[in-house]
Amino acid sequence: MASRPKSNLRRYQYGEQVKMADNITLEIARYSPERDAKPHFESFQVPVHKEWVVLDALNHIKDKLDGSLTYRWSCRMGICGSCGMMVNGEPKLTCATFLSSYARNGNKIRVEPLRYFPVVRDLVTELTDFLAKLKKVRPWLIRHDDLRPTEGEFLQTPGQLDAYKQFSMCINCTLCYAACPVVGLDPIFVGPAAIALAQRYNKDSRDQGADERMAVLAHPEGVWGCTFVGECTRVCPKHVDPAGAIQQYKLSAVLDWMKAFVKPRGHQAVRRESAND
Amino acid sequence: MNQPTIKAAPTYTEFHPRWYRPHVSVYWWLGQWQYLKFILRELSSVAVAVFVVITLFQLRALRNGPEAYARFQHWLQTPLAIALNTISFLFVVFHTITWFNLAPSAMPIRFRGKRLPDLLLAAPNYIVWAVVSFAVAWLILR
Amino acid sequence: MDGSSHDVLLVGGGGAGLRAAIAAAEVNPKLRIAVVSKVYPMRSHTVSAEGGAAGVVKPDDSLDEHAYDTISGGDWLCDQDAVEAFVKEAPEELLRLEHWGCPWSREPDGHIAVRAFGGMKKRRTWFAADKTGFHMLHTLFQTTLKYEPITRYDEWFVTKLLVDDGRVQGVVAIELMSGRIQAITAKAVILCTGGCGRVFPFTTNANIKNGDGMALAYRAGAPLKDMEFVQYHPTGLPFTGILITEAARAEGGYMLNKDGYRYLQDYNLGKPEPKPVLRSMELGPRDRLSQAFVKEDQKGRTIPTPYGSVVHLDLRHLGEKIINAKLPFVRELCLKYQNIDPVKELVPVRPVVHYMMGGVSTDINGATPLAGLYAAGEVACVSINGANRLGSNSLPECLVFGARAGRAAAQFAAEQKAPDGKTVAQAIDEQRRLETQFLRKTGGWERIAILREQMQKSVESGAGIYREARSVTEASNTLRELQERFANISLDDHSRTFNTELQSALELGFMLDVAESIVQCALNRTESRGAHQRTDFPARDDQNFLAHSVVYRQADGSSRVEYLPVKITRWAPGERVYGEQTKEQPQALPVRRAS
Repeated sequence: MASRPKSNLRRYQYGEQVKMADNITLEIARYSPERDAKPHFESFQVPVHKEWVVLDALNHIKDKLDGSLTYRWSCRMGICGSCGMMVNGEPKLTCATFLSSYARNGNKIRVEPLRYFPVVRDLVTELTDFLAKLKKVRPWLIRHDDLRPTEGEFLQTPGQLDAYKQFSMCINCTLCYAACPVVGLDPIFVGPAAIALAQRYNKDSRDQGADERMAVLAHPEGVWGCTFVGECTRVCPKHVDPAGAIQQYKLSAVLDWMKAFVKPRGHQAVRRESAND
Repeated sequence: MNQPTIKAAPTYTEFHPRWYRPHVSVYWWLGQWQYLKFILRELSSVAVAVFVVITLFQLRALRNGPEAYARFQHWLQTPLAIALNTISFLFVVFHTITWFNLAPSAMPIRFRGKRLPDLLLAAPNYIVWAVVSFAVAWLILR
Repeated sequence: MDGSSHDVLLVGGGGAGLRAAIAAAEVNPKLRIAVVSKVYPMRSHTVSAEGGAAGVVKPDDSLDEHAYDTISGGDWLCDQDAVEAFVKEAPEELLRLEHWGCPWSREPDGHIAVRAFGGMKKRRTWFAADKTGFHMLHTLFQTTLKYEPITRYDEWFVTKLLVDDGRVQGVVAIELMSGRIQAITAKAVILCTGGCGRVFPFTTNANIKNGDGMALAYRAGAPLKDMEFVQYHPTGLPFTGILITEAARAEGGYMLNKDGYRYLQDYNLGKPEPKPVLRSMELGPRDRLSQAFVKEDQKGRTIPTPYGSVVHLDLRHLGEKIINAKLPFVRELCLKYQNIDPVKELVPVRPVVHYMMGGVSTDINGATPLAGLYAAGEVACVSINGANRLGSNSLPECLVFGARAGRAAAQFAAEQKAPDGKTVAQAIDEQRRLETQFLRKTGGWERIAILREQMQKSVESGAGIYREARSVTEASNTLRELQERFANISLDDHSRTFNTELQSALELGFMLDVAESIVQCALNRTESRGAHQRTDFPARDDQNFLAHSVVYRQADGSSRVEYLPVKITRWAPGERVYGEQTKEQPQALPVRRAS
């Protein structure tokens, strides 16, 4: 990335004591299927520390105030993708969202489970769908030959690596699914992350499976379901640009369709520079 | 023995009585500014269609002779036509700008290993638009 | 009670678990393989590994040199036959991963690029930018999707191993989504649950690293090995504990004390040079760097902050271009969590618990002494890491021993008859225990968070970077008291659906067992070696302690520590020397041909 990444945290000097500053109110969606018919909100007061992220606040509540608050989290450094939630209506990774950036705006943070997913409990969403969609696009390296380890690596220049590198950064956090209205309105739409993952393999110079994925994705519930709202790219915490991946795929799908008139069935879908072909 | 409910390739989560499925409202697009901007962008295609229809009427009037054309020009000066044209024009400009800005994401061009920024790829469109607009304006106003 | 049956069952779906599943599936496509993980596999902590994976591929490098670096880095506590097998298979495994699509960073001509890493004499660390573990895990996960025999049980939490007839016959697990408790029987079980960093208060590890597999094996009667060897990574961000990868030092970062002085030169780690010198200064082994920090701190030359004292990591001289190309994630993390741009400013770092060299005792094929139970990855102790692990050895360890354990378990499973129904009774007992002790219990008063914090504090004081008999004994007593208090725990959450409080309570139980074993082993090893430093016994004692500590759980809940001699093949124990550029590597004894 060429420019300096944005930072949310206000500067503090070493030695400065951490102030027990204001409190901030968290309004959290609660839902227990054994008790509730639908979610309701509960408020908790949490101290604001400069270094605290929303996840720290949730942990504080769970450890000290209400142990039944339920949410997913693991790495707390923005790489595992577990802790995605809606924070004031925006899909965010709660481990990378600082309390201090909300402390000015009326001191309230609304935390809800990711939109457009079924809710299992409190802030936990149901992901079986998403996993099935990932599998559907055949996200593995497809080769028509077999190379043994003794024969060495596939050669791939840094330029060829760059062609798909951005799409390989997806952490499967599903923030893009929470941002995409098509996912909400048409649950069978395969979705941004899945298509970006398919593109990651299509653009990989070592892969030979673009045809198989085209058969799955050049479909109304595949790429053609996308209307380029662009929200997925805006909320992606890893700058994968799934919207770009989808539009590129649409272009190659159209070219593929046109080529079908000229060449017989079984042609190569997308022409790539492949050092090993 | 029961297998757990994990299927090989479901494409839609089965209905489970205990999971809560939030209902997506018909007015989902009013919830957020980005969604509203998207809907307006899509609606701008209606404005493009309106312009096309007006132009078709204009062509028909042209073909039908000077009186028909005069009637058409008279209609163009009515408040309804002016309002329609103004609103459509604004929408078409919005449509053009959003289209120019978004189109490059379908065609990433790499130069010396780095991907060229989208706005740079959009620039030629803007330049051609500006040139054509000036040319047409000069032709009409000269 | 419901149940289901498989041939090979993996507990844990990270780097080792997924590799083992693929290996088992390739041995025999007819095997029914289950991967039971308490999180979705792509959330496993392998995902956060940054630096790289070591494998000998360059022509100027040799397997013997990698082995020597590993063995000397481990202070000669490594089983050398295992190390020899490891260094041989590591490059094959990494290449296999490349064939599966892993986006390794490349040299301009298209070959795999390698970089220097701590403790290694030659450049042999493969890397994928600075997100190696992320790319490896996602490649493995996406590759497992194409194997039909692998059934995944995502978000199922294993609470107990089912043992009958001296053989492990499966697990009892809670399906977190619904709360139902089910026995999943299998002919062979492989533990791949990772390490136990959360036993300590300040760690790079994720919330899910609670030593689950270690405790499961320990309670089932399998021994744990070398538990006192806990690695402190020298560069973690204060407060969060987020890891700043060793690659930052491999690319040329300096470590400076409060006077801007490269203090490592005072600790037998060589002379400071402007460019990084392998096995010297900042590229020394992790245990020595962390110990140097403690000594600097005692001399008052570190910088105090509200979250502990720090030293500075200086990357400014690398320049923005190199940092963006080779260390983009480091820059992102520093900016986001410290509001510091490493291009222009010094990064505050301090030692942080990172890796557990010890674990479930296994042989070279991942088999534990308990029939049917295997282990691979950080949860296992083979041991190839000995008393201190070198950076970039643990990712290939997951692959090599994951594959070995997968193949061994598949073979074992093929020879076994199906598990009988007797274990169902055990599973029903476990269900009853969970309900009476946690879910339906009234009247408890202890809070999970408080016990956990006290456990972490006592383990840190007793088994930190430097240890001595008094503090270790105190920690041991505190832990015993915490075990008793654990019986009085009370939960706020009595629901069945996705009960993460129950999960935290069970994880705390696991951690208390693991902490007990760490402290006992630390108490009994009266020498200093690698990451285990006793201020009351500062010298290495090869006479008595060139052996692994093996700890067993006794019937009354206490532990018993025995010693198992280290396997020495070709490298006789010597001095660990770092920082000398021209020193020749001691000659290994010639390879004895296998008979």
